[in-house]
Amino acid sequence: MNRGTFRNGMLVAGLAFLYLPILSMIVFSFNNSRLVTVWDRANSPTLRWYVRLFENEQLLGAAWISIKVAAMTASGAVILGTLAGVVLTRMGPFRGRAFLSAMTTAPLVMPEIITGISMLLLFVALEQAIGWPEGRGMLTITIAHITFAMAYVTVIVQSRLAGFDDSLEEAALDLGAKPVTVFFKITLPLIMPAIVSGWLLAFTLSWDDVVIAQFVSGPGASTLPMEIFSRVRRGVSPDINALATIMVSVVAIGVVASYLYMRRAERRQIAEEQAALRDP
Amino acid sequence: MRTLIATWRNISRPRNWVIAIPYVWLLAFFAIPFVIVLKISFSSMQPIQPGYAPLWQWVEETQRLVATINVDNYQALWRNNLYVSTFIYSLKVAAVSTVLCLLIGYPMAYAIARSAPTTRNLLLMLIILPFWTSFLLRVYAWVGLLKSNGVINNALLALGWIDQPLTLLYTDFAVYVGIVYSYLPFMILPLYANLEKHDFTLLEAAADLGAKPMTSFFKVTLPLSLPGIVAGCLLVFIPAVGEYVIPSLLGRTDQLMIGTVLSAQFFSARNWPVASAVAIVLLLLLLLPILLFQRYQRRELEAAKR
Repeated sequence: MNRGTFRNGMLVAGLAFLYLPILSMIVFSFNNSRLVTVWDRANSPTLRWYVRLFENEQLLGAAWISIKVAAMTASGAVILGTLAGVVLTRMGPFRGRAFLSAMTTAPLVMPEIITGISMLLLFVALEQAIGWPEGRGMLTITIAHITFAMAYVTVIVQSRLAGFDDSLEEAALDLGAKPVTVFFKITLPLIMPAIVSGWLLAFTLSWDDVVIAQFVSGPGASTLPMEIFSRVRRGVSPDINALATIMVSVVAIGVVASYLYMRRAERRQIAEEQAALRDP
Repeated sequence: MRTLIATWRNISRPRNWVIAIPYVWLLAFFAIPFVIVLKISFSSMQPIQPGYAPLWQWVEETQRLVATINVDNYQALWRNNLYVSTFIYSLKVAAVSTVLCLLIGYPMAYAIARSAPTTRNLLLMLIILPFWTSFLLRVYAWVGLLKSNGVINNALLALGWIDQPLTLLYTDFAVYVGIVYSYLPFMILPLYANLEKHDFTLLEAAADLGAKPMTSFFKVTLPLSLPGIVAGCLLVFIPAVGEYVIPSLLGRTDQLMIGTVLSAQFFSARNWPVASAVAIVLLLLLLLPILLFQRYQRRELEAAKR
């Protein structure tokens, strides 16, 4: 047997494994039967579960909370994560650097349940000691999400910064630019792609998280994953398939669009570089 | 006075402010919480708010500060077979899932690394795409597939391969499927990042010298890809040990994983001290793998700098 056949076969089988469940959800979201996995040939395809979904105030409300939390998380995580990434790659040695570095990589692998429990106990202890935060809800979820999402942003920014040496920044400093100006005029534009993908990743991590949110949330602040989790634990319900289909479609469109955009930007950059080389 | 001025200068330098912002945030919301969990794990349960007794107390009558350290919670974990078996089961499930991920992910990563550069990006996008869609919904999709009247059983019955539906859901098998399915991209991506850098002319050299493909794989490719294997395995193993969503949707009801027990102690039994002790033991078990992962991460960044 050709060696290429085995690995390509595995690749196709693996991709099928990754996509089969998603495809089955999409197909059964158009199924009329309440029995989810039994195809009702007479009355399908139907949009009834989509209609039901948009009549469900509770789910829509939870989705709105999730969007707000995810947007705040992404913005906070990008600011703190970029600062941490810049500090770790550009500021040289300082006391406690190793500890900061450890604190930014540990959340990447920390089981969510440990992060969740420690965050909740912190908020409880804080409220006892200083009266803040008053109760738990969107604010506490956002703080917890920022803390674990900023680790991902830090890693992305760090690896982007590691790809550039600091000669541009040094040149600007030699020419008399203030460090703040150098950061905003040189460093920030250089790491912009990392910041954008960090923002999107942080948004997704927050939008997706159920475990940490369950620990640090309070009454009245259920995120969408929390709502979904409590529903699917009670059993399968067809409108969740419809919800999944919508979410998958939005993500697929977004990812394909950004892929095409980045490919075009890359080509344009190459073309510009070549043009610059031709006529200096 | 002079040292005071020096300290003040040090504090007022803008550079130190920039360092302080992420530092203070992580200290407050990541490091200190662990100290609190550790503290609560040594206290005893208390029916009134906040649910645990204080570790130290000022006793008016004797004018003394009394500290009570309570190791009952840890002893309870050790004496109670439920906890011991749950820890062992969680480690076993995570280990088996990690090996399965590696066996499936390695050939996939290798195939992507050896494919044409144009298809490579597309394939990578296909691997990452499910990661961007809800993890919870993707795990839930397996409930519909694995149920006794689910898609897989219906297909096998229709094909005539089985006479009765197989019990797939709420088994070890279902948990393995769920974990492998959710964590496969975490295995493939570091492996791919490593394999992509390989110089494949080495394999040609080995073949020229008469090595069989199998031999050159085990003597050349596999040893060179070891850092990628270690990173991928850690990225799967560590979170899988504490996994909570997958076993509660797909797993057995007679054998729980530690994440489920922890959450039950916390929310149903409301025994925060015992739950904290479970979290501390889990963290200690994972400390070595976490430190290994951090070393790998540091090396990767240093390699990127060169």
